[in-house]
Amino acid sequence: MKPSAKPARIHDIAHARAGDKGNTSNVSVWAYDPADYPLLKRVLTAERIKRSFPKLFTGSVARYELDALHGLNFVMQDALEGGVNTSLNLDSHGKSFSYLILGLPIEE
Amino acid sequence: MDIETIRLGCGAGFSSDRLGPAVDLAQRGGLDYLVFECIGERTMAFGHRDRMLDPNRGYNPQLRARMLGVLAHCHANGTKIVTNMGVANPRAAALLVVDVARTLGLHGLKVACVEGDDVTHLITPETAFMDHPGTVADTGLRMVGANVYLGVEALLPALRAGADVVIAGRIADPALFLSPLVHRFGWALDDWALLGQGTLTGHLMECGMQITGGYYADPGFKDVPRLADCGFPIAEVSADGRCVITKLPDTGGCVTTGTVKEQVMYEVHDPTAYLTPDVTADFSAVAVRPVGDDRVEVSGGAGRQRPDKLKVTIGFDGGFLGEAGVSYAGPNARARAQLAADVVKERLTRINQLGGDLRVDLIGVNSLFQTAEVAPADAADIRLHVGLRSQDRGDIETMLWEVESLLCCGPAGGGGYRGQITPCVVTHSCLIGRDQVSPSFEMFTA
Repeated sequence: MKPSAKPARIHDIAHARAGDKGNTSNVSVWAYDPADYPLLKRVLTAERIKRSFPKLFTGSVARYELDALHGLNFVMQDALEGGVNTSLNLDSHGKSFSYLILGLPIEE
Repeated sequence: MDIETIRLGCGAGFSSDRLGPAVDLAQRGGLDYLVFECIGERTMAFGHRDRMLDPNRGYNPQLRARMLGVLAHCHANGTKIVTNMGVANPRAAALLVVDVARTLGLHGLKVACVEGDDVTHLITPETAFMDHPGTVADTGLRMVGANVYLGVEALLPALRAGADVVIAGRIADPALFLSPLVHRFGWALDDWALLGQGTLTGHLMECGMQITGGYYADPGFKDVPRLADCGFPIAEVSADGRCVITKLPDTGGCVTTGTVKEQVMYEVHDPTAYLTPDVTADFSAVAVRPVGDDRVEVSGGAGRQRPDKLKVTIGFDGGFLGEAGVSYAGPNARARAQLAADVVKERLTRINQLGGDLRVDLIGVNSLFQTAEVAPADAADIRLHVGLRSQDRGDIETMLWEVESLLCCGPAGGGGYRGQITPCVVTHSCLIGRDQVSPSFEMFTA
């Protein structure tokens, strides 16, 4: 990892992958260093994800914890502007949502 | 004690996946099975549409190229092929594979066509969706076809009958990999723990390079060596279910605990309940352990009783998507691009009454994250992008014309117009009982 000059973002301590099913998106977020996992778990709550992007994540947001793998899985319902079939977003699968979440500052 | 190991390779993780790395695996992978996973919800619907236009089509468009590339190698190396490249027409696909085999002189090659996933006849206007309220009739759209996700039980008879190539339509993706394991290891179809771990293996393999470095690289943070030459994955699976994910030496990419972890949860919601036709798999206690260069051992997949009902995807004709764009660069580019966007929106809504399903983005300023309301970036190289969906192709053509007219009628310095029209499908899901489905296979010999 690179040290960052900017205020530390989730991207500095974690990596992520986004997937889609219908109008539901899931983003898994993984701490690079297991030592950062408790911090990740504390700051990246389902409530924060929902609150950070209220217009995008209009449905429920659930968080599943994978303690053994030091990762969190977020499941956002009604998150894909209708889903791949109807969205007019260039990224109709929400593939970029991983980096949307990684772009959040670690501390609010 | 020596435990027998089976080597599974993935030769495609989506319909347009690369061919070269699949040929490489067929040639020197030492594989028992090479699996091609080529169906998404949309490709399935497009398969139905192709078949409507021509009853001899509807299978994966790359099927011939893939078979020409791998079939002789697989035959020489004793590697069997399992694939869903039949899409909406497994029978035509099997006949094509037979034809390719004969062309290559592979006489006697046995090709099994698995059918029974097409349940279009079971869908009525009253069929209710599973994921949201409403029925087929409520969509107001023309259905193109419906397919049920079949599991290992659909593929096992063909494998037991000695097929060299098993070609099916809609099969749950992990089942394409689980079937050979169940067949060769003799796993019981109610041994939920083994089926859960085997489903984990299939789930990890089904997206091809997404576990060997594809969809992973983030320069300076997650560096992937030789991404341009990324290899497809291999799973070495033991009779007790343990699995090592790896790839061929001298290929690009990497298999690390990072690539594996990201794929464990890819398109998974609740990790304790990953539903397939074969098992309710539980990935919540998965463990990953590096066991060598580009070798990661994966264990801890579990499972319980399979779901009672089967999932069906119903495809509908979704009309057309039109996209058109013009670019602006240099001083005051953002203001000029914004003005162009305003002009297009005003004209399409006021003059053409096309405002409904219209979206305008400024690429470089705020496009992918527009709805997320991320602060716009300042840019001096901006593309106006206009998207419109409609059942009426004429509406789309009107939109393209309006955007192109910006070249002379819009703000200063706009250039690089492009426009395109793409046919669309819409998909919804429902559930049906297992007793409504009866898969079968037919063997063809080259």
